[in-house]
Amino acid sequence: MKPAPALAEGFPDLSGLRIARGPHWFRWLGAALIVLVLAAIARAFANGQIEWSYVSRFLTAKVILEGIVNTMVMAVLAMALGIFLGIVVAIMRLSPNPVLKTVAAGYTWLFRGTPLILQLLLWFNLALVFPTIGIPGLWSARAVDVMTPFLAALLGLGINQGAYTSEVMRAGMLSVDVGQYEAAQAIGMGRLRALRRIILPQAMRVVIPPLGNEFIGMVKATSLASVIQYPEVLHNAENIYYANSRVIELLIVAGLWYLLVVSILTPLQMLLERRFARGTLGPAR
Amino acid sequence: MTKPLVAIRSVAKNFGEFQALKSVSLDVWPGEVMCLIGASGSGKTTLLRCINQLAVIDSGGIWLDGELLGVREQNGKLHRLSEREIGRQRLKTGMVFQRFNLFPHKTALENIIEGPLQVQGRKADDVRAEALELLRRVGLSAKAESYPAQLSGGQQQRVAIARALAMKPMLMLFDEPTSALDPELVGEVLAVMKELAKSGMTMMVVTHELGFAREVADRVVYMDQGAIVEQGRASDVLGAPREERTKAFLSAVI
Repeated sequence: MKPAPALAEGFPDLSGLRIARGPHWFRWLGAALIVLVLAAIARAFANGQIEWSYVSRFLTAKVILEGIVNTMVMAVLAMALGIFLGIVVAIMRLSPNPVLKTVAAGYTWLFRGTPLILQLLLWFNLALVFPTIGIPGLWSARAVDVMTPFLAALLGLGINQGAYTSEVMRAGMLSVDVGQYEAAQAIGMGRLRALRRIILPQAMRVVIPPLGNEFIGMVKATSLASVIQYPEVLHNAENIYYANSRVIELLIVAGLWYLLVVSILTPLQMLLERRFARGTLGPAR
Repeated sequence: MTKPLVAIRSVAKNFGEFQALKSVSLDVWPGEVMCLIGASGSGKTTLLRCINQLAVIDSGGIWLDGELLGVREQNGKLHRLSEREIGRQRLKTGMVFQRFNLFPHKTALENIIEGPLQVQGRKADDVRAEALELLRRVGLSAKAESYPAQLSGGQQQRVAIARALAMKPMLMLFDEPTSALDPELVGEVLAVMKELAKSGMTMMVVTHELGFAREVADRVVYMDQGAIVEQGRASDVLGAPREERTKAFLSAVI
């Protein structure tokens, strides 16, 4: 029998020693290669046939600024419509009512199954199908007057987005534990109140990263509305280069604006995520 | 002659092929503390869930406070109640779950006031004062602003009991309230339940804590394979069981 408290010899005390940092040769090599490639690309563009003065001149031109404002207005409104439709359709999809379920599934099938640009063109050309639209006996108008590029873009982008967002929302609601529904029911809540007060706030935490993704997609998808004459930034850039033939310069202008907007959105998303992470941040508070 | 608070008559419940409850009949009297014991799958949890209508019974009837639950009889047929009416009936029972099911995005206090405020539409000041008193009663006055993730299992379960009590139920249902707890946390939850029993609350407790049953229960009901096998005073059922199945279960558990 060994005496219990004594420790065996041959295992030195390592406390107080630091872990040495490795030389990381391949990291340095990789970084150097990337710098070289970037320099080559920059040189190519600098010597290429691009008039950078046009880029800086048109970057803050009034028409371009109006275009980016229109882009953002459309992205925000269409996304709001998309999220609203997405929540409604997701709730319908998870309802026990077979009629609601089928309608929701049909909606998703239809608007996910056809190209967005085709849907935009259909909305814009609605007047070809229905010359006048309205509610019989109450109100009617010529479709060409009602279906402006703005409205056509909003409906096309928003309704299409709703089909995708409904799936994101459904995934979020399914991620909430069944016990949460039961606890909500046990304190007398109906289905809709439980969804609004208990399930959706918890689903939001899961749903925000993919929704942020979708919103970034939406900012860029608004550029498709240029085909139906909605004056967003790409459409306005095109109008300028039709006049002055500085195609690449104006495309770079539009590209820089998209990059800037998307760069601003990322930290905003992090703020939102923190807001909905209430109660999950652990003991330190 | 007092009437039973809960009257269960010939209740059956199937999950597909599996018969969870086979024609169960039982009365629970006002002020009574009843412990339901039995192996898992014996139907005791299902019975509890049928009483607050988280599970819908297939046949038979349950009356709570004289009112038929979930359905209305009309011209010899049963018609299902609306979700709203079922919600109103649920307010008479408070449910405590095995896994607590606190709302993780709300503080302890917010969990407790959610029902009275949102469902019962009561005044915020009253509800808040009552919630703080409930927290004091379960020994968690200092944790009002804590989120569930910041509480131990035992503390979460005590908040869950306070949340159920906040609705002022006439019947409290406990579904294995200590089964998900670390052993050293079981006592604090049982202490709260004992105090509640002493205050005269009618309670149905599904539990494996035979010590608790022996000490607190007015009646112990042993269930097996969806039926009540034996019931009676705790000292009789646990101390001198008559049925072979009860004896076998008790000797396996102790």
